[in-house]
Amino acid sequence: MYAWVKIVSALMLTSLISTFSSEASDRAFNLGSIATSQQVKGWDIDVRPDGVGAPIGSGTAFDGEEVFAEQCASCHGDFGEGVDRWPELVGGDGTLNTHDPLKTTGSYWPYASTIFDYIYRAMPFGASQSLSYDETYQIVAYLLYMNDIIDDDFVLSDQNIGLIKMPNQDGFLLPDPRPDVSNINGNPCMENCNVPVKIIGKAKDIDVTPED
Amino acid sequence: MKFSRRNLIKSFAALGSVGFSTRVLAQDKPNPNNLPPNLPEWTPDLGAGVDENPYGSPSEFESNVIRRNVPWLTASPQSSVNFTPLQDLEGIVTPNGLCFERHHGGVAEINPTDYRLMINGLVDREMIFSLDDLKRFPQVNKFYFLECAANGGMEWKGAQLNGCQYTFGMVHNVQYTGVKLSDLLRESGLKPKAKWVLAEGSDTSGMTRSIPIEKILDDCLIAWAMNGEALRPEQGYPARLVVPGWEGNMWVKWIRRLEFGDKPYMTREETSKYTDLLRDGKARMFTWVMEAKSVVTSPSPEKPILYKGIQQLKGLAWSGKGKIKRVDVSLDGGKNWRTAQLHAPIMSKSLARFTLPFEWSGEELLIQSRAIDETGYVQPYIQELQNIRGKNSIYHNNSIATWLVSKSGKVDNVRLG
Repeated sequence: MYAWVKIVSALMLTSLISTFSSEASDRAFNLGSIATSQQVKGWDIDVRPDGVGAPIGSGTAFDGEEVFAEQCASCHGDFGEGVDRWPELVGGDGTLNTHDPLKTTGSYWPYASTIFDYIYRAMPFGASQSLSYDETYQIVAYLLYMNDIIDDDFVLSDQNIGLIKMPNQDGFLLPDPRPDVSNINGNPCMENCNVPVKIIGKAKDIDVTPED
Repeated sequence: MKFSRRNLIKSFAALGSVGFSTRVLAQDKPNPNNLPPNLPEWTPDLGAGVDENPYGSPSEFESNVIRRNVPWLTASPQSSVNFTPLQDLEGIVTPNGLCFERHHGGVAEINPTDYRLMINGLVDREMIFSLDDLKRFPQVNKFYFLECAANGGMEWKGAQLNGCQYTFGMVHNVQYTGVKLSDLLRESGLKPKAKWVLAEGSDTSGMTRSIPIEKILDDCLIAWAMNGEALRPEQGYPARLVVPGWEGNMWVKWIRRLEFGDKPYMTREETSKYTDLLRDGKARMFTWVMEAKSVVTSPSPEKPILYKGIQQLKGLAWSGKGKIKRVDVSLDGGKNWRTAQLHAPIMSKSLARFTLPFEWSGEELLIQSRAIDETGYVQPYIQELQNIRGKNSIYHNNSIATWLVSKSGKVDNVRLG
């Protein structure tokens, strides 16, 4: 029995040494497995603003019109005007500083890459990652064309998607300026505070709360 | 037995019993046959045995304590939100089945055997982990609140929804069990140029957010359990990202991949959605922290005052920047304040429970609460946020709400100005 324990111990010691002497020496727990490049390629679908990650392919707005009508128009309308409560994708230019801002791919989205990335990964709603790369480029080109950003024969591709300048690219502020309120000293008014106490609105008058 | 309110009403009617109303239940008119000195109807007979409910449910009489949604808010229930019934909860733990849901393409159903987490990009070794792999790492157990950045978003311009649940219920608080990303990344290593992480979900929306590496290494987790049991499917089963104190959209559910890069990825969510449009048409980007906030959960529109005399005001407070230090309550619309009692445990980036007893003799009240966190930040009024940011914001409304208690005890969500 002692001999058996010794053998097991020796085996454990051997495996311990091989663990520390192998390429796994930096790994604290030796858990998980190394991903192959093929495995990574299948899941790594994101596209960055500079075009990094854009898959090989191309398309024009001219070709995109038909794909859009088939794949997108039932929710977004033939011209990206939106159906029911589904989002409008076109227009809104000059509305961002008004009381009724319209945030679309044209008026608000800062990068064309984001449109490609989102459509490829998540659209059509309920059939994600079913479009080909070329179809996705065609749809993005059609949206950019309808928003007056490119012409209908412009060939959008992995080579130039990172170069498209979107109208609202400079419309975003960094970094987060909060706390942006005045009282950050933990010492608010406790008595006879000068605050407005007139009721100026009641939720029940608006009457949009679901009935139980 | 399947239970529905309709069946309950029927059975009450069949018994020739008293009426049943949704909020105060049979509380108004109890069945005298069940009251002293009579023998209550549940006493003589045997009840359910231990083999009837292998996974238990709340009492049938709590069937109104449910998540609720606002159908007109969104185009489809698969890309929508529902709300935690904060007004019905005690303490600080949100029961798993009541944690609000926000999906962008419905609930992904994942067999844990087929679950994989990939780590790729600027790492020494691109790797894949199974759920069993994740569970073999050192684990942590931590309470954190998760709040949607749009919680209270409908109230930016004025009082709109008449309920505590609808105006504050995009928050929940559970104990997570998971592995710290700082431990997980000891397996893959990190290249010095890795500054950003793209977290990606495996649901049909392929949810993606960019997160700075400092946050990832500070306190983020990959969690597989909540409140002691596996994550619920609607909360990301079998594994989700936990980003303590930061907006809920970043807590990617059904997480399948972490990619490390030198720049943010500018995903749809962090550009077109979770940005804060200001008065001048510019928008703030990467506003991640959920600042200090509180709400009185009772009295509230769903919890009218039923009796004169002693009342136990109850509420919740939280801050994405640490612990709640103090909560004040006003009954006169903010002119005068009293400090509420905070109930231990008070944990960083977790809900905190407060209470305050008061006497009510039938007068009108304007109830408010005001949270102060350990940084000294004081929860603001909406007017202050509007003065700085305008009225076109959707996200990050952490302002003080006002509940009007009328002489009848009814409670309404109102805006003061």
